[in-house]
Amino acid sequence: MTVMQAVQGQSWQDEVLPILRSFDVRHVVYVPDAGHAAAIRGAEADNEITALALTTEEEGIGYLAGAWLGGERGALLMQSSGVGNCLNTLALQSMTKFPLLMLVTMRGDWAEFNPWQNPMGQATEAALHLMGVRTWRADHPEEVTPLIHGAATMAFNGDESCAVLLGQRLIGEKKWVK
Amino acid sequence: MTGLLDRRAVTAELLKDRGDLLVVTGLGSPSYDVMAAGDDDRNFYLWAAMGSAATVGFGLAMTQRTRPVLVLTGDGEMLMGLGALASIGQVLPPNLTVAVLDNGHYGETGMQQSHAGRGIELSRMAAAANFPWATIVDDMGGVADLRQRIHTMSGTGFAAIKIDVGEVTRVLPPRDGVHVKNRFRKALGHPTI
Repeated sequence: MTVMQAVQGQSWQDEVLPILRSFDVRHVVYVPDAGHAAAIRGAEADNEITALALTTEEEGIGYLAGAWLGGERGALLMQSSGVGNCLNTLALQSMTKFPLLMLVTMRGDWAEFNPWQNPMGQATEAALHLMGVRTWRADHPEEVTPLIHGAATMAFNGDESCAVLLGQRLIGEKKWVK
Repeated sequence: MTGLLDRRAVTAELLKDRGDLLVVTGLGSPSYDVMAAGDDDRNFYLWAAMGSAATVGFGLAMTQRTRPVLVLTGDGEMLMGLGALASIGQVLPPNLTVAVLDNGHYGETGMQQSHAGRGIELSRMAAAANFPWATIVDDMGGVADLRQRIHTMSGTGFAAIKIDVGEVTRVLPPRDGVHVKNRFRKALGHPTI
């Protein structure tokens, strides 16, 4: 099977990095997803931002805690499956209250071809709530900027743990062909 | 068994005349060891989030480029976050050293043997992740060399320090994570939020 890329080039994808920059985010750490491709590309091209690939999403929680100890802000980009990898490590944020901003592209919540994505995708928001993370969900392009703005405001002004879920309808149906 | 080092003697030597050194400790005994050597606002003690010591130190080293950063953790804690070695290996901040107090056992949970105690050599994993300096330390001379190397900030370092399994008195660091975070930031001149 060949995987075609998810629908590219929507304007909302190009809005993500400028919002992060407006909050003085200096570290964009990620496990890649097609929905984050524009933000990752932009972060890698930005001399004032460290863009860093992780082997697994929970590394980003530790990294951003350390960056905050050192005086700088960051954001963690991942797919919903990665939320499951993060759960125990989220205790680090609960106990130290450093600002944690997460952008999560959803799988398994709309028009998902691969049912193996469904269990974690459908548990993502509840799992985040169980660990004390506030969530907002964007399903339409015009919601992305205001929701990231709001989540970043509450993370960086209130030392909170905040996640914006970028719905699968927003990202587009992943095309699978033989 | 000869030559296995005393964890408290190792920690005291590593933290001697610490200057600008920033320290992150992995949960369990390394946190107690660093506390036993003397509490300091520039220590960040982990009590959970197993596997995160190296990544916390990594993020810190990336933002405090002019200060040496030491991650001091145990072999079990390092094993849970092995991917961090690969993530660090992409960037290799020269001011970061990861030192593992390696007794080959999970000390906090009843001294079960760890992978490190079954022949998996962590320093070789760091070498495979392109750490320019990755070594085994098995005598106090090596600990003194490691200490000096931490302060020279001349390339990302990794040391597997072979320590005795002997258990020592627990000296508990503060469990108030917000307090520890805020005083750490204050010591670096940062506001709490």
